[in-house]
Amino acid sequence: MPTSTYAGTDVTVNDEGFFTDPAQWREDMAPQIASQEGIELTDRHWQVIKFMRHEYEIKGTGPTVRVLGKTSGVSIKELYQLFPKGPAKTAAKIAGIPKPRGCI
Amino acid sequence: MAATIEKVSIIISKGSLEGIYPGLIMANGARAEGIEANLFFTFFGLDAIHKARHEHIKLATVGNPGLHLATWAGGLPGVASVMTHYMNHKMDKLEIPSIPEFIEMIADTGAGLYGCKASADLFGLIEDDLIDQVKDIITVGEFYDLAAGGEIIFT
Repeated sequence: MPTSTYAGTDVTVNDEGFFTDPAQWREDMAPQIASQEGIELTDRHWQVIKFMRHEYEIKGTGPTVRVLGKTSGVSIKELYQLFPKGPAKTAAKIAGIPKPRGCI
Repeated sequence: MAATIEKVSIIISKGSLEGIYPGLIMANGARAEGIEANLFFTFFGLDAIHKARHEHIKLATVGNPGLHLATWAGGLPGVASVMTHYMNHKMDKLEIPSIPEFIEMIADTGAGLYGCKASADLFGLIEDDLIDQVKDIITVGEFYDLAAGGEIIFT
């Protein structure tokens, strides 16, 4: 299993760069993961990232873009402005949780 | 590095529920993966972006062997409506949006929606007949210009 180093700590990730153990994630790692995705984090990004963590902790899986658009307080349009390469996928990576698997 | 898809152009040519959803799911899924996506509605597929019709898309209950319903029964009055209602109800439970809501969402993801000029001419439709999210009515040549460099998917 590949490892990455964020904020001075080694973590295990899968081939696509998603955390394999979300418990290894800390908030101070997020800016570095985000910058690898070409994103500089703002408060709006954090709102989505915290929502992703919260959903994952409750449901054991990250929300899809539709769920994010309906419940995170950030619209679909803005989600794609914040995370142009796919909001649910990119935010999950930055939030240290597995890639959401929904089709919609 | 594994091969990646950067752009898809999806053609929706049918006006039935089962003819429209697959293309919408593929377009939305492409955007969710960060893939550029354009949707091109042609022939009866135009109903999916028609202001007056897109809320009334029906499941094909005649000539649809996958439904496992006798053709004569599928043709009885009201059967298409009942089956459509049943299917919409099942999809709603799975959090699959209705066609109008889904198309609005897909436009919000940044995908481009286009109508086909030949079909619009054939059915006597103008841009005002289509939902506001539609960017333009374009020719097949303009479609190929848009699709250049990506994958084309016909549904």
